[in-house]
Amino acid sequence: MKPKTNPVAAVYDRRDFLRVSALAGGGFALSLALPGPGWAQTAQALDDTAKVFTPSPFIKITPEGIITLLAPNPETGQGVRTSLPMMVAEELDVDMSAVVVEQASLRADVGGQFAAGSGSTPGNFMRLRRAGATARAMLVEAAAQTWNVPAGELRTDKGRVIHEATGRSLAYGELATKAATLPIPDEKTIRLKRNGQFRVMGSRVGGVDNPAIVTGQRLFGIDQKLPGMVYAAYEKCPVFGGKVVSANVDRIKALPGVLDCFVIEGSGNPSGLLPGVAIIAGSTWAAFSAKRQLQIVWDESAGTNHTSGIYAAKAAELARKQGANLRTDGDVEAAFASAAKVIEGAYAYPYLNHATLEPQGCTAWAKDDGIEFWTTSQSPEWGRELIAKTLSIPPEKLKMNLVRGGGGFGRRLSNDYMVEAAALALRTGGKPVKLTWTREDDMRHCFYRPGGFHFLKGAVDAQGRLSAWHNHFVTFGHWSARNPANCAGIRTDELPARFIANYKLDQSIMHTIVPTGLMRAPGANALAFVMQSFIDELAHAAGRDPVEFRLELLGEDRVVPCNPDPFGEPYNTGRMKTVLRRAAAESSWSEPLPKGEGRGVAFHFCHSGYVAMVAHVAVAKDGGLRVRQVTAVVDVGPIINLSGAENQVEGAIIDGLSALWLQEMTYDSGRAVQSNFHDYPLLRINDAPASIKVHFIQSDIPPTGLGEPPYPVVPPVICNAIFAATGKRIRQLPLVKSDLSWAPRRS
Amino acid sequence: MPAYTLTVNGQPRSVDVPADTPLLWALRDQLDLVGTKYGCGMGLCGACTVHLDGVPVRSCLTPVATVGKMAVTTIEGLDPAGKHPLQQAWCDHDVPQCGYCQAGQIMTTAALLKSTPAPTDEEIDGALAGNLCRCGTYLRIRAAVKSAASALQAGGTA
Repeated sequence: MKPKTNPVAAVYDRRDFLRVSALAGGGFALSLALPGPGWAQTAQALDDTAKVFTPSPFIKITPEGIITLLAPNPETGQGVRTSLPMMVAEELDVDMSAVVVEQASLRADVGGQFAAGSGSTPGNFMRLRRAGATARAMLVEAAAQTWNVPAGELRTDKGRVIHEATGRSLAYGELATKAATLPIPDEKTIRLKRNGQFRVMGSRVGGVDNPAIVTGQRLFGIDQKLPGMVYAAYEKCPVFGGKVVSANVDRIKALPGVLDCFVIEGSGNPSGLLPGVAIIAGSTWAAFSAKRQLQIVWDESAGTNHTSGIYAAKAAELARKQGANLRTDGDVEAAFASAAKVIEGAYAYPYLNHATLEPQGCTAWAKDDGIEFWTTSQSPEWGRELIAKTLSIPPEKLKMNLVRGGGGFGRRLSNDYMVEAAALALRTGGKPVKLTWTREDDMRHCFYRPGGFHFLKGAVDAQGRLSAWHNHFVTFGHWSARNPANCAGIRTDELPARFIANYKLDQSIMHTIVPTGLMRAPGANALAFVMQSFIDELAHAAGRDPVEFRLELLGEDRVVPCNPDPFGEPYNTGRMKTVLRRAAAESSWSEPLPKGEGRGVAFHFCHSGYVAMVAHVAVAKDGGLRVRQVTAVVDVGPIINLSGAENQVEGAIIDGLSALWLQEMTYDSGRAVQSNFHDYPLLRINDAPASIKVHFIQSDIPPTGLGEPPYPVVPPVICNAIFAATGKRIRQLPLVKSDLSWAPRRS
Repeated sequence: MPAYTLTVNGQPRSVDVPADTPLLWALRDQLDLVGTKYGCGMGLCGACTVHLDGVPVRSCLTPVATVGKMAVTTIEGLDPAGKHPLQQAWCDHDVPQCGYCQAGQIMTTAALLKSTPAPTDEEIDGALAGNLCRCGTYLRIRAAVKSAASALQAGGTA
């Protein structure tokens, strides 16, 4: 399948690690060991670049047959370094095992380079396929001219152009030099494959970095090393909004291994550069050790009276008052008065930390012509803007290299650590500097997922239908009691709005100083728990099957329009009903279970994705919880990488379990209480579900992203299953605060 | 600063660091072996797991001065060719998402399979309960461990 004469292809065909320093006949060099197919190394053209075929930034084919595809977006574990090049490979007609993937730096010609909003797939799907198809068309034309036959008589297969009639074929590499001389055709004349013709997309392709990951190669932000590099730690005030009064910088400077220590005043903007004390040292450990010996007098006055223990009582007090009305449909009071059954429920969820396993950090190098960064940012463009604004440096003088991040989950959409690295790089006399946060820094300085409170009243009518819903949402403002903090708001068409006649949504806001920000499925990650749990309560109150009750709520198959705002999305009830029915069908929904076991159901729509799940849990008499199985059905259109997609859904389920079961950030006098994994735990393997089943509805629509949509469904589906198993309704997260026992303990 | 001679992946390596320097940082910063990861600094996450004389330890809590003559094995030295059955199984099952914890997961599992060549689910969960995966790849880890165990029993090299 590969040209036998091509030594490079031969190298890539072998699933072992070879050190390739010089390749016969090419004048090309691969600089490092190649741990296998798809391993990301740049093929460096050492001779005439005119011979290399580069019809777009996404594709490079050398005469020696090295096919390099560009991965445009930041990778933090969501799999886009593999799935995006697959889109190019599909239309180019090459196998992923025959290509090298190269990570793009931040550049102007490859579209938005974000890992956000589940947007990488929909944002790149057509662009990358067109890039692949355009290159393929030019290679076909090059072959047609070489053989003097009509292009229409040629086909391509796995990196070769083939003329069936004469039995001739040429590898892409052999056509590269000629193709490089051809004009790039008009995009409109390029034909793409039809659904059903895909060979690469929809298959299972292992992550392109897997061989490097399992052998411990240098990949991540924290692994970066540059000539003459120094190492930095940065201590910020544990109280949000605090400032440095004084610090023992002279004593710290005298410590072994410490090169410098200085106070940074900060920019006065909580999203910019926070005040603190920087330590520059000869190693990470020297910096961390010195950090422990810092004696800093802080101005902590901003934190006075900001203790999270008071939030619940304050929220309940606000809920008894009149909130600001955000939406009123019909007449909820009249519907409550005429209802067959009315129930109330007060729901609460905590602040959360992303807790990426690689703490935040960044490497920066200030040179004469600007600063170069090696960053794990999910939004390097925003990072560049923030640095430019905060430090008054023209953005064109900030160069961003994108390196793999050890987890993102939205934390790396905030670029505070990049601004810190930039500020440090300006103080190291031209030496590159690597800033590494400790775990404690990471816990205490986050843009947290905001907590919130919902005071709900709902009704079912005599026919057992959901007839009225009133929510008084009590949320947090950041230095404000007027506007919700970042990601602490609610959309006024949040379910079940638009689906019932009598709906009322009120809002009250509590002033806090806790910084908040984007976390996997912002908004939805909290709201789905509340809405899907209370819908479940109403289904049970009505004595209805929870799946049937939800199908009835969704109503006829139709597209329900949304509010005209930038984040609104029309709701396709047919697609949701399909995933919901399938989840029930795949999970033996109606089959009885012994006491102490139960199945729960939940669904949610966000980031264009439709997801329904059924969870099967077992709760021991003493309250011990086991998750037997989670069945997830997902409609995000056609799947690009089946293995990566399943991994994302499995991961979202375990991530969701971690959060709903174990995690809570609390605050004392304006400082985060939790500091490491002993008091902010992650789910362990022994508590992971015994089984996760993932099904995709491969509907015939343009594909959308998958990083976020499954995650919000997990808290309600587990809590609804716990109710089915025990009769205990969980209205407050995390679960560890609730006693799930349902029979007297044996002594 | 005292100099310590460590045996790392079969080679004598000299590090010139204070005695309290954790092995983790000597490996990463002095010896440029960056496969061993920092996650918590308190022995809570397992990302820094290496072997001392074949026993898995948390290198973030192991001062260099205490290593002595014990043989240090890191993910880079688990297999000379990078083809340990666990490394193969991790690729075959496409285990990693972000990948940051996986070196620690593999090192802990490598030690498990030496003492328990055919582990049950409970034994796998028990051995790996101290290795956190933030992305949630636990089900694939279980499957990969079993594949590797089968491969080893069928005569693969350990």
